[in-house]
Amino acid sequence: MYGDYTEEELVQQARDGDFDAFDELVNRHERRLYSLAMGILRQSEDAEDAVQTAFIKALDALDSFRGDASFKTWITRIATNTALKILRKRRGLPTVSLDEATTENEDGIIKHPEYIADWRADPALLAQQDDVKRAIEDALAQLDDKYRLVFLLRDVHEFSTRDTARTLELSEANVKVRLLRARLFLREKLTRIFGDRVNRLHPPDHQHGDHDFTTAASLLRLYQAEQGALP
Amino acid sequence: MTCDDLLKMLNDYVDGDIDPGVCEGLQEHLDDCNPCRVVVDNIRQTITLYKGSESYEIPVKFRRRLHDSLRERWKQKHGEK
Repeated sequence: MYGDYTEEELVQQARDGDFDAFDELVNRHERRLYSLAMGILRQSEDAEDAVQTAFIKALDALDSFRGDASFKTWITRIATNTALKILRKRRGLPTVSLDEATTENEDGIIKHPEYIADWRADPALLAQQDDVKRAIEDALAQLDDKYRLVFLLRDVHEFSTRDTARTLELSEANVKVRLLRARLFLREKLTRIFGDRVNRLHPPDHQHGDHDFTTAASLLRLYQAEQGALP
Repeated sequence: MTCDDLLKMLNDYVDGDIDPGVCEGLQEHLDDCNPCRVVVDNIRQTITLYKGSESYEIPVKFRRRLHDSLRERWKQKHGEK
């Protein structure tokens, strides 16, 4: 019955005291937020806890929702912060907001790709395999929270840079740098697993941009280095 | 255009969020630089892989509990309708 309403209309009706309108908002976002919470917490009980707490917070704070961000951004921000609190509690760390972690110099040097090779299989097919799923979850789990969160929102949940920045209370520049680091980190990890070893390429010489590293000589050098023939 | 330039603009390039003029320069570099081209492919594959696998079904039992608890909370806040 509420299927045709826009989110703005549903929020307005919920603020006027209509529970079913609020319930419809929950219907529309629960699956996405559950996936996000699982992405952050990696454990269903905690993810359930995060989603339930987030919606209760939203219910309590509905009157203070000003509509300067979309409901989606607002509820995602609440769910993300709730999940982060649980994560930090679990790890025995003090609860700090995400932006406090930004003091580290983020303009620093970006780590260059090292392991470069075409993948042996189509990622859409790889994603269906259980052992692959475990491998990519492991890689994601190794990523620092501040990068993981940006990657989850931007690339997995398809938030814009702006909405990711608003959700995580970061600057857009910060989001971009963190996303680049996250993508490069995960690329490196996954290419070591899925890359075609035989056709592995030598990383480019970063002083120059126009070297061709696919020559037989460079491949031989690479092979010798891997065999331990070179220092 | 160097590999370092490409690295700096990698996100914008992968997201298709780049000025056409700059994009042309990057494209030229990619045509000549096999490793960079593979890195761009790898990044796209990485994103596709995570997008395809990072989805979890919400447990039915939990979903029921969630809606019940929200209805309860609503009643506490607003009283019965």
